This record gives sequence, C-alpha cells and structure tokens, in this order.
Amino acid sequence: MKYRNDSGINDNRAEKRVLPFTDNRQPDNIYPMLRIRNLKCFYGQIMAVKGITLSVKEGEIIALIGANGSGKSTLMASVSGLLPTWTGEILFEGKNLKGMDPPAVVKSGISLVPEGRLIFPPMSVYDNLVLGAYTRLRKKAREDVQQAMETVTALFPILKERFSQPAGTLSGGEQQMLAIGRSLMARPRLLLLDEPSMGLAPLVVEKIMDVLELLRSQGLTILLVEQNARAALTIADRGYVFETGSVVLEGSADELLADTNVKRAYLGKDYEEFDDENR
Amino acid sequence: MIRTDKHLIACFVFAAAATATGLLVENAYYLQVMIFIGINTLLALSLNMLMGYAGQISLGHAAFYGIGAYTTAILSTTYNISPWLALPAAVFTAMAIAYFVGRPTLRLTGYYLAMGTLGFGIIVNIIFREWRSVTGGASGFVGIPPLEIGSFAFDTDRRYFFLVWGVVLFFFIICRRIIDSRVGRALRAIHDGEHAAAAVGVDTAKMKLKIFVLSAAMASLAGFLYAHQIFFISPGTFSFLASIRIVTMVVIGGMASIWGSLLGASLLTLLPEWLHAFADYEMMIYGLVLMLVMIFLPQGLTRGILDIYENSRKKNDK
Ligand SMILES: Nc1ncnc2c1ncn2[C@@H]1O[C@H](COP(=O)(O)OP(=O)(O)OP(=O)(O)O)[C@@H](O)[C@H]1O
Ligand SMILES: [Mg+2]
Repeated sequence: MKYRNDSGINDNRAEKRVLPFTDNRQPDNIYPMLRIRNLKCFYGQIMAVKGITLSVKEGEIIALIGANGSGKSTLMASVSGLLPTWTGEILFEGKNLKGMDPPAVVKSGISLVPEGRLIFPPMSVYDNLVLGAYTRLRKKAREDVQQAMETVTALFPILKERFSQPAGTLSGGEQQMLAIGRSLMARPRLLLLDEPSMGLAPLVVEKIMDVLELLRSQGLTILLVEQNARAALTIADRGYVFETGSVVLEGSADELLADTNVKRAYLGKDYEEFDDENR
Repeated sequence: MIRTDKHLIACFVFAAAATATGLLVENAYYLQVMIFIGINTLLALSLNMLMGYAGQISLGHAAFYGIGAYTTAILSTTYNISPWLALPAAVFTAMAIAYFVGRPTLRLTGYYLAMGTLGFGIIVNIIFREWRSVTGGASGFVGIPPLEIGSFAFDTDRRYFFLVWGVVLFFFIICRRIIDSRVGRALRAIHDGEHAAAAVGVDTAKMKLKIFVLSAAMASLAGFLYAHQIFFISPGTFSFLASIRIVTMVVIGGMASIWGSLLGASLLTLLPEWLHAFADYEMMIYGLVLMLVMIFLPQGLTRGILDIYENSRKKNDK
C-alpha cells in the first residue's frame, strides 16, 4: 500500500507510510487492461482531476473511493469519452482513448453505468435495454442482441417481468438493475460503475454487489466508484482512495479495509470503536 | 412491431376516409380548407419529429417552410424551370441551410436553442422581405405556375387535395418507421436525457443534426405544396408568428404523436375559419380555446381524447 501526498510533489516528511503490498494474486507481468497515467481533467479552467495514475488488470474488480467532489465521476466521464477535455494517457487494451467519442468507446468494449442511473423514464424497460445495444444493433446483430437480452434477464429476472412498464415507474433498486442491464447489453469487457449503491437499502446493495462478483467470475473486468466503501472493498481486489482530484492511497482491498484513515473517513466508524480496535 | 401494424391499419382507415372525403365533397371552399389542413399537418409533423420526439425546440421553423416556397417560386417562375426540378432544389436548399445552421445551433439546449432558432427565423424572414429583386419584397411573389405531369395539371382543388394528402400519408408511414426504428429510439433517448443517450453510445450531435435536416426537408416540401396551390406568396406567411403557430399545432395536438400533428393542424386551421363570424372577438376566442385545451388536456388533444375514451370504456365495463 502506498500513500501519496496531495501536491503530487515528493515530500519526504509527510505520508510516506508505505505498507507492504500484500496482494500477490495478480502476477505483475500481466499488462493492465486499463492503464491511466498522469490523467488531468478540466472543466474550463478548473482542474478536477490532478494527475491520476491507476491501472485495472483483466478480471479485477477495482474500487475507487473518496469524498464528494474528489473527481471520481470526472475520471469515469473521461474514460467513457463523455468528457473530452483531459490530458495524460488512457490506454484500454493497449489502445489510446484520446479523442474517442462515447460511441467509439462503447464499441471498443467499455460501458458506463452512470451516476444516478440515468435511465430513460418514459420508455419501456425493454426499450431501455435495447438502447444499451445501440452501437451494435445493425441488421446482422439482431440475434446477438437477443442473446444479450437473455443473459441480462437471466441476471435480473425482475426486468423481464417489467418489460413493457415505463422505466420511470420502477423502484430505485430495479432502476439500478436496469441501468446495469442496459450497459451489459453492449457486451462490454470493462464495466464502469458510478455509485451503483446510491440511495439503496443494504439488502439491495448486497444483491448488486453479488451480481458484480458473478459478472467478474464470468470474465468481466470492473471499475467501481463507491461512496459505500465497505461494500465496494468487500468485493474488490484493490482500491484507490481519491481526495480533491488526486489518489492519496492505494492498496489491496483488505489493506484498505484495515487502514485506520480509511476506516475513519469512509467506513463510518466512530472514534471510540476506532480506538478500541487499535488498543 | 404490433404498434407498426396498428399504425398501418390506422393509416388505411385514414387513407380511405381521405379518399372518400376527396371524392364526395363538392364544395370548393371545404376542399381548400382541407388542402391547407394537409399542408399544415405536414408542417406540424416535421416539427413534431424534431420537437416531440427528439426534444429540440425550434422557434424558426417557418423559415424552412418559406425557403421551400420561395425556392420553387423563384426557379419555376423567374427562371421557368419545371416545378418538378424546382422541388429537389427547394428541398436540397432547405436541407443544406439546416445543416449549416444546425451544426452550431443544436449545441444549444432549452431556452438558448429557442433563442437561436428564433433569430434564424427572423433573419430568413428579413431576407424574404428585403431582397426585393429576387423575392418581390413585402408585396410578395406572384404568378407561380400550377403543377403538371404531362398534360395532367393539378389545377382543380380536388386533384390538389389528393396530391397533398397523398404526400401527408406517405410521411405518416415514413415517420412511423423512423420512430419505431433504432434511430427513433435514439431520438427519444436524447429527449429523455442527452447525457444518458451519449453514455449508451448514441452520437447525439449527429443524430440531432440528422433529424433537424429531415425536419427542414419536410417543412420545405410543405412550402413547395403551398406555393403551387395559391400561386402567390408573401413574407408574412413565413414570419415569426407562423413559426409560433407550428409550435402551437404540435403542442395542442400532442407532442411525440403523429396523429397529434393531424389534430393540431386541423384545429389551428379550422378555428380561424369558424371564428370569422365573431368578427372583433375572433382572436380572443381563439386564444381562449388554446388556453382551455392546455388547461384541460395538458398532454394535447390526442392523449386527451384517448384518455376520455379509455375512461368511458372503463366506466361502461363496470
Ligand atoms: N460540469 C462541471 N463543470 C464544472 N465543474 C465540475 C463539473 N462537474 C464536476 N465539476 C467539479 O469537479 C469536481 C469533481 O467532481 P466529480 O463529480 O468528479 O466528483 P465525485 O468524486 O464524483 O463526487 P461525488 O461522490 O459527489 O459524486 C468537483 O469539484 C465538481 O464541482
Ligand atoms: Mg460522482
């Protein structure tokens, strides 16, 4: 586990608390599926992401945690092509994503489940799902899309029951399932999820995390942004902690779960409990 | 798919009704009113594709209507070119202008898009008015020839009625096909959330531009039909108020509804005719009717009538 300081400049006094990297499951010679180097994202003059470096290896679940406004969604928008104003390097399977628009990114195998779900409320559940396969739905791909539809409805049977219902009338949890199902319709190899647990009851969150684990076991690679750090770190292999546009901490999920600073800031433990554990 | 079949049946019924009307109605005045309803339906439908389905407002749609009318008027009258050659020229001109205006303008959203298209409409109208040597200026353009195929001229109201409603029916079918396709789903996605549409891989900018150009093409075709029906055009017909009228037809008839375009166009064409009798109060009653429709049927006539029908059926079932 590595602590990094905020400024991005090496500062030998602060935050050089490097813990042993205990995650040995992934051999280091695997070339990462997604490699982000020195990513800086801009909204006009404002730099919202300030030089982030991270990697996602094939088959991993990676958690990004951090406070509100720390730049997690901005990073997701940059990877998915929605935010073109960034510098640095984003390589997906060795291909640079610079200058690619969202349709091109989706076609290349990356799907985003956007923050706040962003389903299409007046449209039927079915139409929402079909829209997920938008970039693939040419005449030839009909059967292929049908197959994707079956995979998704097998994963979320509730969606099939609601096929013709307007998506806006689904419950929050169902809408999240729809959003995930919709992005799976594009048959991605890398799935980006931006706060899938937002506003959901613990039981539903658990269900969604189970689904993500299942998807990973089927070969999907997942980059997961979460406020619910505990849920995310429970299923993740590794994680990165964001603070005001920079990565301040990275490490294996177990290490992060055990880290005192993470506990205090993101796992909602109060100081007493926190003191108890450290005694 | 089921929807498409239903729509086809509806189109058949509609075509039969239109044919019967065209054959049975003798009164020239009624035929003329119905020709204008047809032209307005085409206009409303063109804007409905853009506004009702894709959610992009245009307050300058009459500009394309006018571009269609003036292009054919100038080519077929001043230059003696066959109207059938002027037709593609008119449609192409409108599409080209839509393309170049749409590219920067469609980046705007909401009120800003409304202002942008409003400005465009006003500029085009000033050109119609001030470019006197070409357009005839404020006093208008006279002497536009009728449409002919060989020795067959669309010179009676009955013949023109069939021409216009044939075109309308054709576009009912085309538009329905677009709406039920992958493209139509993408348009509705843009309407519901442009950001989300982009996230699933819809090329939103390109898609909006496409539908804007299609919409302009349909409006210019309406302008073509208008010019060769009344042989005289003037800038007032294509003014800012005309653009507002088209928006009103769409909203009153029902957004995102093909049949709504027909109902909205019918009401807004017929109302002024019916209200002539009220002389001084005409415009007041006109405004009042529009207000009442919006207050009691906020989703427009189509949805409103369907709701009333479904409710009464439910009551009868009990
Ligand atoms: N469209 C925008 N224009 C200007 N600034 C923006 C825009 N979107 C985000 N920002 C700023 O960028 C920073 C990072 O925002 P971002 O949405 O990436 O945070 P986040 O980590 O996803 O937060 P949250 O957990 O609340 O979703 C914030 O300071 C935010 O105000
Ligand atoms: Mg966010």
